[in-house]
Amino acid sequence: MVKPEGALTWKDIEIGFMVTEPGSASQYRTGDWRSQKPIFDLEKCIKCGLCYIYCPEGCIRQNAEEDFEADMYYCKGCGICARECPKDVITMVEEEE
Amino acid sequence: MTTKMGIEVSVAIGEAVKLANADVVAAYPITPQTHIVEHLAELVADGELEAVYMPVESEHSAMSACLGTAAVGARTFTATAGQGLELMHEVLYVASSMRLPIVMAVANRALSSPISIWGDHSDAMAVRDTGWIQIFGENGQEVIDNVLCAFRIAEDRRVLLPVMVHLDAFHLTHMVEPITFPEKSKVDQFIPPNEYPLPLDPNKPVTMGGFGPPPIYSEVKWAQEVNLRAAKEVILQVWQEFGDTFGRYYSPVEGYRSEGSRVLLLTMGSFSETAMAAIDKMKSEGKDVGLIKLRLWRPFPFDEIRQAVKDAEVLIVLDRAISFGGPGGPVCSEIKSALYQQERKPKVIGFVGGLGGRDISVAGFEEIVSRGIEISETGSSQEFEIFGVRE
Ligand code: SF4
Ligand code: SF4
Repeated sequence: MVKPEGALTWKDIEIGFMVTEPGSASQYRTGDWRSQKPIFDLEKCIKCGLCYIYCPEGCIRQNAEEDFEADMYYCKGCGICARECPKDVITMVEEEE
Repeated sequence: MTTKMGIEVSVAIGEAVKLANADVVAAYPITPQTHIVEHLAELVADGELEAVYMPVESEHSAMSACLGTAAVGARTFTATAGQGLELMHEVLYVASSMRLPIVMAVANRALSSPISIWGDHSDAMAVRDTGWIQIFGENGQEVIDNVLCAFRIAEDRRVLLPVMVHLDAFHLTHMVEPITFPEKSKVDQFIPPNEYPLPLDPNKPVTMGGFGPPPIYSEVKWAQEVNLRAAKEVILQVWQEFGDTFGRYYSPVEGYRSEGSRVLLLTMGSFSETAMAAIDKMKSEGKDVGLIKLRLWRPFPFDEIRQAVKDAEVLIVLDRAISFGGPGGPVCSEIKSALYQQERKPKVIGFVGGLGGRDISVAGFEEIVSRGIEISETGSSQEFEIFGVRE
């Protein structure tokens, strides 16, 4: 996207509000919706990968150390990962303002 | 070669769609639109029209199919009426918002209940806010000409909007009228191939009908509104060019013996024909009354209406639909709002009549005019009066 949505004027709108740049949804910061964030207590993690499978944003990955972590650009704070983790690794905590 | 023949208007629409080289017809049959799509199905089956005919399971599906075919850049036609138009309702908004140039003939039919297959404008009025261009035909020739113009208008790069061509149930759909069909080669020139600017194409992907959160939705809607209003200029150009090419000229608002008349009657659709006969009779009796015919309903021709009625003292508007619990007829209330801020304006008197296929004769129009003049002098406690209802 050339401009973020909040900066587009009505004259910038493409015909029928079409999106002409493939994959531009990846620029959409769903992290803005979050009011709680997942905190991982990795000591308890058995690396089963259920959090990765259940995350509706697909934003949980294993990092270089093979630890599971959520990408805060996309994590919308739904808490599904915390609910599904069999080892209570993940706790949802309030986002600070 | 130009051909003139006596032909049922619905069948003639099929012929016009063939002349326009439609690529796709997706439709669900409903009285009184049936003959239009039946004829198109025949033309496709007989190989006379090289197009895809998609028989679908409902009008909602018909319009949804049209979205898809228009989105790949296919010239798309459909037709419906009454309940069918209502079943399409939510998809109509999608078609205009996604800027898809679909042409649809609407055989204006009353809405249930009670079930009525006959004509009025309730269906057309219920979709007036869906963002489509809406053109009303007065006779078969107008409908045919406007089906041709509709493809040109819809597909124009400056417009890219869907167009409804309205024709009254039975009074037009099932009439055999003398219709002049223009020469095929001239139609081909008049309606160039459809070059939709951003078609669905795997090699150049686009997303249509995406997500519009609060920071952008208003901008998108305003762009749509500006676009529909600006379409009027293109409609005027297309009508001018059509006239220069084929000899029949159209305008958003047309006067019939209206010049200098103290009293004006305003009608839309097929009733204008009877109203003209009534005006002739009243004129011959020395009555100072003329007729205004409204052809373009969306975008609403504010300037043209103001210009057409500004010198009259009384304007009597006949609607063929009720806005229940509201100001009466939609046409009348929109004309009132168009005139409200004007310094010079006639008194506007609203009538609703011709519901569910009820005829209004020449004598009926005379009655409407004399009652309208009476109300303009004495006033009325009602927002509007209904014509011809038995007490
Ligand atoms: S809170 Fe929801 S969005 Fe965020 S990482 Fe967990 S499952 Fe994914
Ligand atoms: S679900 Fe829990 S235990 Fe399994 S990988 Fe994710 S954090 Fe570790």
